[in-house]
Amino acid sequence: MALAPFIYEIFALGDTAITIDLGNRIDKALNEEIIYRYYQFKQEPLTGMIEAVPAYSSLTIYYDIAAVRKKIQDGSTAFEYLRKEIERKLLRPVQTTNIEKRVVDIPVCYESEFAPDIDKLIIHKKISREEIIRVHTFSSYRVYMMGFLPGFAYMGVVDESISVPRKTQPVSTAAGSVGIAGNQTGIYPLDSPGGWQIIGRTPLQLFDPGKQEFSLLRTGDEVKFYAISKDEFYQLKKN
Amino acid sequence: MSLTVIKQGLQDTLQDAGRWGHQAEGINPTGAMDQYAMKVANILVGNDPVEAVIEMHFPASAFLFTQPALIALAGADFAASINGEPVPYLHPIMVGKNDVLQFHKPLSGARSYLAINGGIAASEWLGSSSTNLKASIGGFAGRNLHKEDELLTCQPSIAMYMPQHEYRVLPWKADIRWPDEHTGILVLPGREWERLTQESKENFTMTSFLITRQSDRMGYRLNNIPLHTLTNEEVVSSAVSFGTIQLLPDGRLIILTADHQTTGGYPRVAHVISAHLSKLAQYQPGDKVQFQFTNHAKAEELFLKQQQYLQQLQKACTLRLKEFLHAG
Repeated sequence: MALAPFIYEIFALGDTAITIDLGNRIDKALNEEIIYRYYQFKQEPLTGMIEAVPAYSSLTIYYDIAAVRKKIQDGSTAFEYLRKEIERKLLRPVQTTNIEKRVVDIPVCYESEFAPDIDKLIIHKKISREEIIRVHTFSSYRVYMMGFLPGFAYMGVVDESISVPRKTQPVSTAAGSVGIAGNQTGIYPLDSPGGWQIIGRTPLQLFDPGKQEFSLLRTGDEVKFYAISKDEFYQLKKN
Repeated sequence: MSLTVIKQGLQDTLQDAGRWGHQAEGINPTGAMDQYAMKVANILVGNDPVEAVIEMHFPASAFLFTQPALIALAGADFAASINGEPVPYLHPIMVGKNDVLQFHKPLSGARSYLAINGGIAASEWLGSSSTNLKASIGGFAGRNLHKEDELLTCQPSIAMYMPQHEYRVLPWKADIRWPDEHTGILVLPGREWERLTQESKENFTMTSFLITRQSDRMGYRLNNIPLHTLTNEEVVSSAVSFGTIQLLPDGRLIILTADHQTTGGYPRVAHVISAHLSKLAQYQPGDKVQFQFTNHAKAEELFLKQQQYLQQLQKACTLRLKEFLHAG
């Protein structure tokens, strides 16, 4: 796969992490490149690398200062050494064939009981409940990154007609709640304080520490929501 | 059984070096706030430096030992006593069956660490015993310690092989003063540092900031003069770290600490260097923090110095403990 050349900047996230930044914006092509590089670095770890964390348009490498410094002969810092190592790696195109493309279908009940903020959307965006459901279930969403809570996926891009800013103060939010914040959509894996506008709830368990694959979603997944009734919600919840 | 909680503390949890390798799935590393104190306590009792310890805030739990144990305290000084008799920090201490460990007063620091020889049995998840309070997992049942919780050691304590099982303080002490002449907190510039106005930049380095009561294991909120940026361009969420100093929309600062989220979308003004996270972990609400910029060379040098210091301490303590056991 021929990829457009990406312009990147490398900066320090303190003295134990280094970030490759492709441009501070939410963009599918940038995010794809980030994920390719994430898998590349996972397969061929950098010197002293502890882990790599992909985000919307950046990839951060956490490292062990002592392990990197052990390799250095010329008196340079661990940060400088890694910056050069990263620059060398980025020159090589990534192998893009071995990343599993997954499509995950997620049932959502949009009924009022599970959608404390849907009325706000109806008024604020001058849109009917049916239209909100239609728009939210129409597109498929890309998981751009994981963060905030264990198993929380940042997904986009939400259609302008249902895009609303997050709450100014976080409120207690139930596990499974499906929310919107700006042009992002996400699902709360756990009961948590949160600021996203909640328009429904899924009966699926997003985070299960007892499972090998403890997170239902991962970065790069494609997610499709479909509407279910309250009865179906409880039926699925039971299973 | 090895020890029982007989009084519940404010927020006492099992912590180790942290749960690394899963931030890409949103799992924050957690771990002891003061990694240096945790390691010192473990080293004193002959444990692996990153063995799980009990991290305590004041008011701290009280413990009843149901078996002889070799313990050590490090970090914040909470005026500890055994059976009502004051006991020193930074010494290995032999405790006997039915001895009671209590903490009376926060004399200095914010977080105190109790290490027990043999390690504390904890529920491990993804390679770490640290308690993740948000996900209710790891450590002791994924939560802070409650009254009547019974903690076990992983291995039989070497205390069992000691000739006497009465409480006594062993006669050597860890000197924790590693060579660091800095009084403030050293920081490296963050990605959005250059967004600050000249005046805000000066305020950041010239003023000391009060740590507010809204400070916990997730982060410290500072009561700083509101700082201003030249641009309001949004920061797309990306990874953050223990020590990242973010600028909140109201112009105040937050220093992210051990239980921080994996990612954040606020401007990153600066980052506390690794070697100073331990110092930071012992600041309490009401204390003032003064930032001073440094560079990577200095930050890494300080980190390595701190690490070498711990290695020397470990060598010395291992030797003393061996001699002591041998002498009987």
